[in-house]
Amino acid sequence: MSNLSVGNIPAAPPSSRWRDIWSRFKRHKGAVIGGGGLIFITLFVLIGPCIWTLEATRIDIRARDMRPIYTALWNGDAKIGWTHPLGTDQLGRDLLSQMIEGGRTSLAVGWASMILALVLGTLVGVLSGFFNRLDFWLMRFTDLVLSLPILPLLLVAVTLFRQPLRTNFGPETGMFILIVGVVGLTSWMQTARIVRADVLVLKERDFIQATRSIGTRPFGIITRHLLPNVLSPIMVSATLGLATAIITESALSFLGVGFPSDFPTWGKLLADAVQRMEEYPERVFLPGIAISLTVLAVNFLGDGLRDALDPRIRGR
Amino acid sequence: MIFRKFAIGTALATLLATAGTAERGSDGALSIIYWQAPSILNPFLSGGTKEQEISSLILEPLARYDETGQLQPWLTTEVPTVANGGVSEDLTSITWKIAPGIMWSDGTAFTANDVKFTADYCMHPKGGCAQLSRFGGVTSVKVIDAMTVKVNFDQPTPFPYGPFVGAESPILQKAQFENCMGPKAQECTEQNFGPVGTGPFVVTEFRPNDVITLDASQNYRDPAKPAFATLTVKGGGDATAAGRAVMETGEFDYAWNLQLAPDVIAGMQEGGKGTPVTGFGPLVERLMVNFTDPSPDLPEGARSTRKHPHPFLTDINVRKALSLAIDRSLLVEIGYGQAGKLTCNVVPAPEAYNSSANNDCVTQDLEGAKALLDGAGWVDSDGDGVRDKDGVKLSILYQTSTNAVRQDFQALIKDWWNRIGVETELRNLDGSVFFGGDPGSPDTVQKFYADIEMYANTFNGTDPQSYLGRWRCGNEPRPETQWRGENVPRFCSRDYGALHDELSQTADLAERSRIAKALNDILMQEYAIIPLVHRGRLSAHANSLGGVKINVWDSELWNVADWYRIKSD
Repeated sequence: MSNLSVGNIPAAPPSSRWRDIWSRFKRHKGAVIGGGGLIFITLFVLIGPCIWTLEATRIDIRARDMRPIYTALWNGDAKIGWTHPLGTDQLGRDLLSQMIEGGRTSLAVGWASMILALVLGTLVGVLSGFFNRLDFWLMRFTDLVLSLPILPLLLVAVTLFRQPLRTNFGPETGMFILIVGVVGLTSWMQTARIVRADVLVLKERDFIQATRSIGTRPFGIITRHLLPNVLSPIMVSATLGLATAIITESALSFLGVGFPSDFPTWGKLLADAVQRMEEYPERVFLPGIAISLTVLAVNFLGDGLRDALDPRIRGR
Repeated sequence: MIFRKFAIGTALATLLATAGTAERGSDGALSIIYWQAPSILNPFLSGGTKEQEISSLILEPLARYDETGQLQPWLTTEVPTVANGGVSEDLTSITWKIAPGIMWSDGTAFTANDVKFTADYCMHPKGGCAQLSRFGGVTSVKVIDAMTVKVNFDQPTPFPYGPFVGAESPILQKAQFENCMGPKAQECTEQNFGPVGTGPFVVTEFRPNDVITLDASQNYRDPAKPAFATLTVKGGGDATAAGRAVMETGEFDYAWNLQLAPDVIAGMQEGGKGTPVTGFGPLVERLMVNFTDPSPDLPEGARSTRKHPHPFLTDINVRKALSLAIDRSLLVEIGYGQAGKLTCNVVPAPEAYNSSANNDCVTQDLEGAKALLDGAGWVDSDGDGVRDKDGVKLSILYQTSTNAVRQDFQALIKDWWNRIGVETELRNLDGSVFFGGDPGSPDTVQKFYADIEMYANTFNGTDPQSYLGRWRCGNEPRPETQWRGENVPRFCSRDYGALHDELSQTADLAERSRIAKALNDILMQEYAIIPLVHRGRLSAHANSLGGVKINVWDSELWNVADWYRIKSD
């Protein structure tokens, strides 16, 4: 490790530093594909409704249980049609528009709660790792939150806050805020612990001691030296957090404390389809693949970002 | 139902053909699977259906309901009525005459003393009997002679068939349970795990929550029955596995209570080893209409109480339009298949209480619903697609428990209501909270902080008097009663109360059925309760098992003595 970092103290102005990062990011093929995939999925759910205009919640009982168009390849008698290229569910709701509509909610919930959890987790982790006086209290608080049983906590939160949020923001936005809040507030602890551990190790290293000795203020040390060095564990928790948030949201919807039942999300599409998995595997596969692809894309992206941002392997 | 008639016909034909040759134990082994395993074989110490059903293989009541809901004498010569003098003119006592020649499985004679003992056992103040409500109003049980027993009630009881009737209230042997009275009831493990009974089978081994093995009783009253020499009851697993074990793999002969979607059942049936059978009790999936205002703007304690009438559901035209917009046959087809039937009543069974006055509801009439709302002044004045009148919008919050079929129903009904210009917001709640009845939770059936809610309900036995009594004034859940009460719609009608009083003072069965139907019709024509689907209970039996008559009024195993193996020659 030490021979890699010799003579590579960053000294260039910020603009060239970001160009530097980008050029290293480009070299990581997986990251580029992952980033591209994520952009594609995001565009798919954002622009999708303008191209495929069928309403996701429209019930057409005569067109129920239609199969995706590709089923015709091996089963000529299957009930298929170009009006519903991915088929329909047991009430005749179009699967493609449900996928688009569901993706919007799932991605929004995933990103928002991941960011909330990351910000909280990093803040708590860095503070308790860096400031000895805060360490004990913050970590005991983390243990406390970790030991809370999530499900009863969620039920209590829903009972207390659903009504005011629903009155102020409407049933869907209110529930969005509630879910993002609850998932974010209950999933920051792992990040906090990992970040704290890394900060504890880093702050005893020579380069931090050197920065201290030249009089850099704690805020400067944290932003300039600590955060770039703990970015890799943060990225890893971020990728895991996004997946967890999507899954937690679907579990909540399944228990009936989530979005209204006719409001599609990927997780709910998946949960609803499990019963008829044998006859209509596509209803499980499609949302499942969408969730997996998103998580995979974020993972690769995180991997590439870590390599590009890590000061220790910068300039390799 | 053609299929059912056919199946019964075949069974009868086979029965006639084999009746001459049948003898006890000639058909070998029978195996039954209950996906909820029984933990005890004494139904007086367990409120669970599974325990009652399994113990009905061993223990029997004085009279029980057959598959049509008719009372049949079981250990007695006849069912006592006012007409045959068994029930006193003032309706305060009932006298049972025990049939001669009935023996316990240990060979001793069954007498009136055992009947009296059973009442003492259950009514013991320290016993914690789970079936105490069956003995409600009983002042004393008197032995007249060895074969006659008289039950006295504290007030006129038009329906005196609570004690000693049905799988919930069978007779225990005095000699066996004599030392198990009161607080000692739970300690008598040997007795509770292996009761001596008059039924067709005796327990040889009982492993709680697992397996029970039984042999044919050598002292059963009919020397040709039961046809099976041994019987194994396996408990545990889930409904899907139990259905597969009977219909796909053929490992078991009978599986109980398969709550599965119609296409899932159909898939299993293709296995070709078994057949699903359905029985219909009074279970109805229904919408409850809130007559009071659930608005969150009202203070806690005033929400959903009679002090604040509902802004638009108090208008009968709105309630009727909501009902007209529903296509019930589609709901049956999608949600329940052969385990569901169309109904327009909240009391669809027994047949004697099923009114025919409301049958119009079976056809969906969206245009009629729109016309009704137009006529009542509910029009879309601001062009947002939702009807309104005097600033009140027809916007409904519609809640139910979380369950795949119920969410499909919600989506369909929301769609129909949108088409007639009624805006609907859906909400589903976890079943354990929704049905939990916790007065501290805002999400219970009783609190009803919504405009419409959907669930299923039923009543025990065949008499709807107490069930219909739920929807009387004063019985509504409210803060003063800790939100207890069964009048969930908060419906209140003086005529209804008066008619119900009349029902509770009438003994004649024909007259009772007329009044009960009239009560049902008031609820239906006021649209306080909007029925959706008459739900059945679905079990499955092996194709080689004959004599099964599914019974929703009593234990499903009520006629296990008559079951036999269909010979495939």
